[in-house]
Amino acid sequence: MTTLTEAPPKASEVLGAPKKKRNLLPYLLLAPGVLWLVVFFLIPIITAISASIQTGSLDMGFKVTWNWANYSSTFSTYNTEIIHSLIYSIACTVICLLLGYPLAYFIAFRGGKWKNLLMALVIAPAFTSFLIRTIAWETILSDHGTVVRIMIDLRITNLMDHLGLITGNHVLNSPFSVVFGMVYNFLPFTVLPLYTSLEKIDPRLHEAGRDLYCSGYRTWRYVTWPLSLPGVIAGTLLTFIPAVGDYVNAYMLGSPNTQVIGQVIENEALRDVFGYPIASAMGVILTFGTLLIVLAYVKKAGSEDLL
Amino acid sequence: MNTLEAVGDLRLTGLTKRFGSFTAVDDLDLTIPQGSFFALLGASGCGKTTTLRMVSGLEDPTAGRIYIGDTEVTSTKPYKRPVNTVFQNYALFPHLNIYDNVAFGLRRRGVKDVKKQVDDILALVELAHLAKRKPTQLSGGQQQRVAVARALINQPQVLLLDEPLGALDLKLRRQMQIELKRIQTEVGLTFVHVTHDQEEAMTMADTIAVMSAGRIEQLGSPEELYENPATTFVANFLGQSNLVAGTVTGKEDGVITVDTHGVRIALPESRSRVESGAVIVGVRPEKVELAAGNAAIESGRNALPGGVVTDASFIGVSTQYLVKMPWGQELSVFEQNTGKEIYRPGAEVTLHWDATQTFGLDGSQDIEAGAEIDDEAAK
Amino acid sequence: MTKTFDWIKAHTLGFVAILIFVFLIAPNAVMLLFSFNQPANKYNFVWHKFSLNAWKNPCASADMCSSIKLSITIAIITMILATALGTMVAFAMMRYRFQGRTFLNVLLFLPMAAPEVTMGITLMTFFYNTTGSNSLGFDTIIIAHVMFSLSYVVVTVKARLAGMDPTLENAAADLYATPFQTFRRVTLPLVMPGILAAALLSFALSIDDYIITVLTAGNEVTFPMYVYSSFQHSVPAQIDVIGSTMLLITLAGITFAQVPQIIKTRKA
Repeated sequence: MTTLTEAPPKASEVLGAPKKKRNLLPYLLLAPGVLWLVVFFLIPIITAISASIQTGSLDMGFKVTWNWANYSSTFSTYNTEIIHSLIYSIACTVICLLLGYPLAYFIAFRGGKWKNLLMALVIAPAFTSFLIRTIAWETILSDHGTVVRIMIDLRITNLMDHLGLITGNHVLNSPFSVVFGMVYNFLPFTVLPLYTSLEKIDPRLHEAGRDLYCSGYRTWRYVTWPLSLPGVIAGTLLTFIPAVGDYVNAYMLGSPNTQVIGQVIENEALRDVFGYPIASAMGVILTFGTLLIVLAYVKKAGSEDLL
Repeated sequence: MNTLEAVGDLRLTGLTKRFGSFTAVDDLDLTIPQGSFFALLGASGCGKTTTLRMVSGLEDPTAGRIYIGDTEVTSTKPYKRPVNTVFQNYALFPHLNIYDNVAFGLRRRGVKDVKKQVDDILALVELAHLAKRKPTQLSGGQQQRVAVARALINQPQVLLLDEPLGALDLKLRRQMQIELKRIQTEVGLTFVHVTHDQEEAMTMADTIAVMSAGRIEQLGSPEELYENPATTFVANFLGQSNLVAGTVTGKEDGVITVDTHGVRIALPESRSRVESGAVIVGVRPEKVELAAGNAAIESGRNALPGGVVTDASFIGVSTQYLVKMPWGQELSVFEQNTGKEIYRPGAEVTLHWDATQTFGLDGSQDIEAGAEIDDEAAK
Repeated sequence: MTKTFDWIKAHTLGFVAILIFVFLIAPNAVMLLFSFNQPANKYNFVWHKFSLNAWKNPCASADMCSSIKLSITIAIITMILATALGTMVAFAMMRYRFQGRTFLNVLLFLPMAAPEVTMGITLMTFFYNTTGSNSLGFDTIIIAHVMFSLSYVVVTVKARLAGMDPTLENAAADLYATPFQTFRRVTLPLVMPGILAAALLSFALSIDDYIITVLTAGNEVTFPMYVYSSFQHSVPAQIDVIGSTMLLITLAGITFAQVPQIIKTRKA
């Protein structure tokens, strides 16, 4: 090796961008966007933390009284909803991965020239109203529909009733239908990053795996899976984060027994004039809870390869 | 292209460029005469591309000045310099067709009617029939000619070529070398060519500057550099050399005598960089012949006896030998295929060559400087 | 026996993929089908009778059509603002050095990582505390939509800029293009596909958003809000007409973009 290694020039040097001279241009370009995010995202979050420890009324105005009671009362009053949110979003993420992985794998390695078209079909529904599509499930899964009749005939409803996923022969308005709707809505978010990382894998690596005495499963386990991990992590995060705050599915496909924290926040914020400090408290809990779970997950994924 | 007569040489004085604590180009003084084909030769990281980028204005020097003729251009913006570049990967604009790529510079300078000039230059590089194509539809060699045309059409005072042939395969590279040389002779402007390929530099350039660690090791014509290298770096980087350490023992009638591992070697004074003390004597492998065992060698020739052939590669026109000397060093010998006996590994041989072909270098240098770099650059 | 087993083994993946595609497409098919239904009651949930009624009178509910108009207006304004601001940020990040890069990266990442409902409630609280509860409306919806689309625009445009050969800009400067001409003639045309994709994305994010919108809308009613609240009292077939129209426009767009490519690969 030569000892004459040149420090790679920085990107801005390669581009011959102005340097050393104080240049205002980047700050002018950044200012509007950054200001927008600081004023309408960062400050509201900070305000929310302060509002969540306020007490008072609309007439008297709200004061910061370090009212931690907002938090403790949130936990005690709404622990069922918090637990629902957690269970539904984790179940949704896991199922999305189980369904999304084979689909992304199929498109990436068997899609051939149809690859892009198939991916477009996966993403296309996202460009039409997701509320309308959720309503469509109401039709498909309704008590008198073909799907439910077949499930009853095959005794699947019976089994699911025993597992506590549904009540009696009604598929709708159950924990099952809520998670089902969430999986439907968030599956494209899992598939897209999975596909991107799978698509980059050279198919010849599969042949190399076979050549080196791996069975089909072992090739997948020791070659494909490790290489697709970045996609798995990105896909599960992109699914979990919106899922944990989602309440549209719980509202449309669920029942009062499947309420999630998002619904409570909306109710507190919109229906109750005194509710917004409590709603803020829940918003803060939700954000930091999500952040904590995401950080723990990323750390684990980074250090132990997830399995 | 008459405007060129009024201008002059490209001059760099004290040119320095530092990236943080790393000095890429170190106090460079260089004059490149107008109309010459000049090559900056060196391994990657030696500062040759940085020098080029400073001349084109894409990099600001840390210190020093750049002149074209009497005009200083050190801090002139790149788009105001009478300098154009043929980039390493051509940097053709993918969204424009060949015609618009070539016309780009003229249009930016507000030239209204570009058709005649574009047609002429495309004819010069023999691409007129592809004017409406997009760059991606062209082969590597064609893209390279578009890049040359796009730069030349502006009639710059200096044309910079940054490893312009690096992306081409060997055969095409040879062809383009000849073509570039033809164009340069035809238009007669100054070409500054940056390359790590010594063969490319030697084929095309009138003058070569060998660069290492931000400095110029040696400057001269290809013949001078090859026959009379000034440093071990140049001797090893430009072609191959057999370098053997020794000590000067005497001097008589323009011939220096050197003792190397107990053997007396004659070294012409005119080809030696030192006249006393430690010296490194060198000879190019193709100038060396082999003789069997301890056969007598005629006078006027230097001889190194006691070698053992360790490897012999027959490659048709010549046979390349590696010979292990009694002091452990391996020397190489290229013997032309004149029907002579081929020595097998294990054979005892004496190396001998015309004494006037020996060169002498300062003995305080690293004897292997530049050798490994050449191997890497050859890939 | 082994042959059958092998055949099943070889085709399992394809079979699973088809089932998942059916799962993904089913609601769209039902939506399209039920846009031709004449519902027996206020809820268009059960098939009753074929009818072109809903397609002939898409604006039978005036509220619905005004909500669509509002949603499209908001989406267009959001698209323009978010794309402009986001593109500027992306350029600054890829082309210049500046102080506070780490802060900016975090600031751009957080809106993508925060649950929507949190952004909605915190923004609503912010407006309550500053401009008062009466200020919620059209403007605040736009503010919210630009806020949550901005990061996606930056990411998309940045990716395109990163994929661009930086020597092209060098080459333009070398060929007498001033910085502005370089931007206008080289950089902008090459980054355009990324900017268009970002614009499309911000439009789609805006027009379909419910959660943040409902918390910042005040008395305004966007189309997703209309659909959500209609679920409580009546679901007319016209909703499916609108959904189907959106789907058909998307499919037409895909066909337009993909089919020429497939034909090209087939010829090659």
